[in-house]
Amino acid sequence: MTGSRMDTRPDESDVNQPVLGFVGTGRWAWRQLTSMRTALFLLLLLAIGAVPGSIWPQRNIDAGRVADYLASHRSTGPWLDRLGFFDVYSSPWFAAIYLLLFVSLVGCVVPRSKIHWRAMREQPPRAPGKLERLPEHGQIEVDGAPEDVLQVARDVLRRRHRRVLADGLSLSAESGYLRETGNLVFHVALIVVIVAVAIGHLFGWRGDRILVTGKSFSNTISGYDTFDPGPWVDTAGLSPFTVAVDRLDVTFEEHAGGAQRGAPRDFTAYTRTQASPDAPEIRQTLKVNSPLVFGGASVFLLGNGYAPVITVRDAAGQVLLHEATPFLPQDANYRSVGAVKVSAASPRQLGFFGFFLPSEYLDKNAGPSSFFPDLKNPALALGVYEGELYPQGRPQSVYTLSTEKMTQLKNAKGEPLRLLLKPGQTIALPGGRGSITFDAVQRWAGLSIRYDPGKILALAGAVAALAGLIASLMIRRRRIFVRVRPQGRRTVVSMGGIAKGEDPRLGAIIENLLGTIAERTGTKTRRTVTKAERTGTTV
Amino acid sequence: MTNETLAQYANLGVYSAMVVFTLAMVAFAMDLAGAAPRLSAVAPDIEVQPALVGGGSPVSGTAARIPVEGPDLPRRRKAAGVAMMLTRLGGLLLIAAAAMRGLSVHRPPLGNMFEFALVGCMFVIVVFVAFSLRRDLRWLGLFVVGPVLLTLGLAITVFYTDASELLPSLRSVWLVIHVSVATFSVALFTIAFSVTILHLVKTWLEAQDRQDSVGMSRLRTAVNTALPPARSLDRTAYGIHAVAFPLWTFTLIAGAIWAEQAWGHYWNWDPKEVWTFVIWVVYAAYLHARATTGWSARSANYLALVGYAAILVNYMVVNVFFVGQHSYSGM
Repeated sequence: MTGSRMDTRPDESDVNQPVLGFVGTGRWAWRQLTSMRTALFLLLLLAIGAVPGSIWPQRNIDAGRVADYLASHRSTGPWLDRLGFFDVYSSPWFAAIYLLLFVSLVGCVVPRSKIHWRAMREQPPRAPGKLERLPEHGQIEVDGAPEDVLQVARDVLRRRHRRVLADGLSLSAESGYLRETGNLVFHVALIVVIVAVAIGHLFGWRGDRILVTGKSFSNTISGYDTFDPGPWVDTAGLSPFTVAVDRLDVTFEEHAGGAQRGAPRDFTAYTRTQASPDAPEIRQTLKVNSPLVFGGASVFLLGNGYAPVITVRDAAGQVLLHEATPFLPQDANYRSVGAVKVSAASPRQLGFFGFFLPSEYLDKNAGPSSFFPDLKNPALALGVYEGELYPQGRPQSVYTLSTEKMTQLKNAKGEPLRLLLKPGQTIALPGGRGSITFDAVQRWAGLSIRYDPGKILALAGAVAALAGLIASLMIRRRRIFVRVRPQGRRTVVSMGGIAKGEDPRLGAIIENLLGTIAERTGTKTRRTVTKAERTGTTV
Repeated sequence: MTNETLAQYANLGVYSAMVVFTLAMVAFAMDLAGAAPRLSAVAPDIEVQPALVGGGSPVSGTAARIPVEGPDLPRRRKAAGVAMMLTRLGGLLLIAAAAMRGLSVHRPPLGNMFEFALVGCMFVIVVFVAFSLRRDLRWLGLFVVGPVLLTLGLAITVFYTDASELLPSLRSVWLVIHVSVATFSVALFTIAFSVTILHLVKTWLEAQDRQDSVGMSRLRTAVNTALPPARSLDRTAYGIHAVAFPLWTFTLIAGAIWAEQAWGHYWNWDPKEVWTFVIWVVYAAYLHARATTGWSARSANYLALVGYAAILVNYMVVNVFFVGQHSYSGM
């Protein structure tokens, strides 16, 4: 803007500028914030601000990858963490951008709504003196008296124009108010979407549960492996439904080669559900893309894996542990890690840690690995530890062993003891510590239960935004003016049009309207003034 | 089960289309180069017709529409005619290839990067051919067929994935709704991108022409003559963007609905969601800049170019290099 300033003006520092004061400064700041220029700047800033979240791992999506990143980038990692690069979408700077944009949006929409409200109730301006000076103009001669023709023109205009003003022998009409309406609807709807997201964040919750086939779980906080409620969620008032998974069918790609081999093809969980303890039991299938729905909460099938059934006995043959233990898949071929914790073992507690391999083979470098995700050659590869399983009673992951107070068992050669078990196999532990049996393999279903009370509002807002957007981009604001004058026993109708912005169809519309007027007045021989005559161009 | 033979035929279709498009590209280039010799003698015969959306105001077109008389006018554009025919043929080959690819796996061919590229190219050509029936787009041919050829080449070599079934999370009616509209709007953004680039080139050439029309090289003169006026290019680009943007908005909404069904949350800042959002925001900024006084059409057009760069990142970088729930490039 400085470039446009004229040189004759004195330098600004020489002028006694009026003091803005508190209110004035506030008003100035508000103007700046709600200006289109600022909105544009904030929009671009929002786009740039969103990008880091796609480059660096995010805690809300995969906390494990964030931890890995921090472990392998010891110098830059902590700085990135301090700047919020691992929680971009909940970081203060990202919030600052979208909150400012939100304020700017409100500050833009409110005054524009007022203006538009007034504009919609205003009469269109009177017809200008020379219609042929308008960007588009047409003239025809029709039968009938000027007053009658004017009435016809008025009826014709009324069909497509919101307001038609008559003034003597001229008419003015305006159409396309929906353009601005659509524009405002679009922006208001975006505000609705943001509010809906906030409602979902405050009142929504999600919980995850790994459920071994044959087991059931109920919708209470204790029923979940992890539970993540919004700040205003009443965790005691969860709806008391239960879900039991009887069977989980999984299919993997066996035929295609390359990267597609072993890709999952179908997951189906056969469930029994109860909406509440007294409700009848319903058999339902749960698939990816078709969740179970209980009121507002939906149960999604998002993961699956294997849970080997393991029995641990003491030297006397007494069963110390017998259960299906879920192992977590680590790669596409379901090489899975897990831990079996035998707290009943004495004198020292026993812990087994290692891999479950659905299709076991021995890789020279990586050790026991899996070549396919389905059960082609299931095996358990475990190391054995003894000692204290839960030092100081600290909480720990059920999938790993905390070995700080434990020692690994060795074989006769003094190497760490490695057990390789096939289903049905039992191996005796050295030193009269009993035995471990790999009985069978079950599957587990990874269920994710979500409740988001804002999602319908978000959808409604998004759809309204889309409708508003289409209206604001496709509809054009036009003014059409008509003037009639007698020409002998006939009447000359001239019509001119002007549009806000570019409007390639304006000329055709005027020709169309004139044609309709001619038709309605019953004119058989109408003389249309050609475009060249109208614009005064000579060929 | 996949039908390998059909998939092979689909690849054959892609290769044949590439041969046809190469010929079309050469013919379009010859046509553009041929625009040069006659211009110094007579006025250009650019036909300004109503733009597909929002373009070509009759008023600005009045002067250009005046038929210029002379024995050698209108220029016989045989090469362009051949090029248009070849483009249509290539389009048919692409439609056949996409159909066979889909039939070979019993699903819409929208499951991996190769298939997105194939269907995207098909949409670009179909849109181009459809609009060329309504207005003269021979000047645009080279800049549509060229990128399509490049994309097809990348698709069949780098992005190629064997025909196979889909991951369970992709088996949904939303695949057709979400991905086909996404691909279609990317096709429109691609054409709009070409027109926007041409607008910048033409603006520059027009400025040169005004300064020193005699000193301009033959190539520059040829391009300057062949292209419609900058104003008309600008309107056309804006018009295509104005159609593509609501379609992209729809893509975003449909994707959110599908994500809610498949993953349990309609928005989780997955890398693909982030970039879809970034693209949306950048093009929204473009449309705002167009509506803001104080922003020239040219600086707004730079925003459109940034938006297209984001589309390329979304397709080529996010699918392959970023870890997320949309990582099903098949590569």
